Amino acid sequence: MIVFEWLNDQLLKMQWLSDLVKLLVGNVFGLDTTQRLGGSIHFFIYDTIKIFILLSVLIFVISYIQSFFPPERTRKILGRFNGITANILGALLGTVTPFCSCSSIPLFIGFTNAGLPLGVTFSFLISSPLVDLASVLLLASIFNWKIALAYVVVGVLLAVTAGTIISKLKMEKYVEPFVFSNKVHEIAQSELTKKDRIDFSTEQVLGIVKKVWLYILIGVGIGAAIHNWIPQDIITAVLGQDKWYSVLLATFVGVPMYADIFGTLPIAEALVAKGVGLGTALSFMMAVTALSLPSIIMLKKVVKSKLLITFIGIVTGGIIIIGYAFNAFGSFLM
Amino acid sequence: MIIKILGSGCKKCTTLAENTKEALADLGMEAQIIKVTDFSEIAAFGVMSTPALAIDETVVSSGKVLKANEITGILERTKR
Repeated sequence: MIVFEWLNDQLLKMQWLSDLVKLLVGNVFGLDTTQRLGGSIHFFIYDTIKIFILLSVLIFVISYIQSFFPPERTRKILGRFNGITANILGALLGTVTPFCSCSSIPLFIGFTNAGLPLGVTFSFLISSPLVDLASVLLLASIFNWKIALAYVVVGVLLAVTAGTIISKLKMEKYVEPFVFSNKVHEIAQSELTKKDRIDFSTEQVLGIVKKVWLYILIGVGIGAAIHNWIPQDIITAVLGQDKWYSVLLATFVGVPMYADIFGTLPIAEALVAKGVGLGTALSFMMAVTALSLPSIIMLKKVVKSKLLITFIGIVTGGIIIIGYAFNAFGSFLM
Repeated sequence: MIIKILGSGCKKCTTLAENTKEALADLGMEAQIIKVTDFSEIAAFGVMSTPALAIDETVVSSGKVLKANEITGILERTKR
């Protein structure tokens, strides 16, 4: 147990990095880290470096795993199952199948063409941005393993439930007709060599770092500000645990936003440190990642308004429920 | 030769198009490059991850932003 804690502290929380940066800020910059300025600079440098290191390592490892699960293979696997098993598998595979959000529409069409039930496709589409393996590990580093695991379980549950509800409501008729009108083309999948996988993983790391570095800096910057500059009272006044509307506020602010999840993590961390409920912070994170204006606009091209609104409603509702649940029971996990 | 770049218009597709132009220039080949952004057309190709590259209506790559040298390899193989 102690070994596990040490591993958690050093590898994920990077205690050594924090101490190192403390020395840097203290001796080289001559600032006291217990004071505001020193504290925020320490937080900024430490958190930025930590996130970038974790980001690179995690993306590499996960991309390597993901290279075994291209969308075509996922589609084949899902085609063999029925009912709720298919939904659960869809949600689980959503976490390991790589695709960027601009592929979500071709993917949706591809799955639907192959005859996969609408609910299974939605389970996949919901879990994919929500339960991102790299961010789960990042959550573990910022909070702890129990919370990260709980987040995965809840995220998958939300994806499965939402997908199943959509299936039960028989909303296939709200999908744009052109989605169904194509034959399934099996594009020849060449087997990847180990080198191919390493190249792919390296490209993914570089590509993602290039895409998100600014979001991370902004997120860490906001986190640092919250950590050291914004008084606790203001934060708890708006988002405090005892405020019944904090989860709703966090969710509705997050839904239309688009930001990379890695950027929201330092903000969540700082908020929770300031007394915001764990559920409120998680709701914010989930709302930002599961739904965003760009992805909704894209979905509008393949599904009709009624299905789109149902989808948004179920996911938002789920996020709110999860938020309240974590606020109520989160203390057991911390 | 008609080369189609399939994708909804995000940066990846633009990069793939540029790399394709570069590859063609490297080989001294001429081809018409068409950017396909319409989803129903992309779906008709059976492509599930964008960006994708199709040469004369056959998909040769999907889900990857190929580098110029990778595209030249494909172009040479296609010529044969």
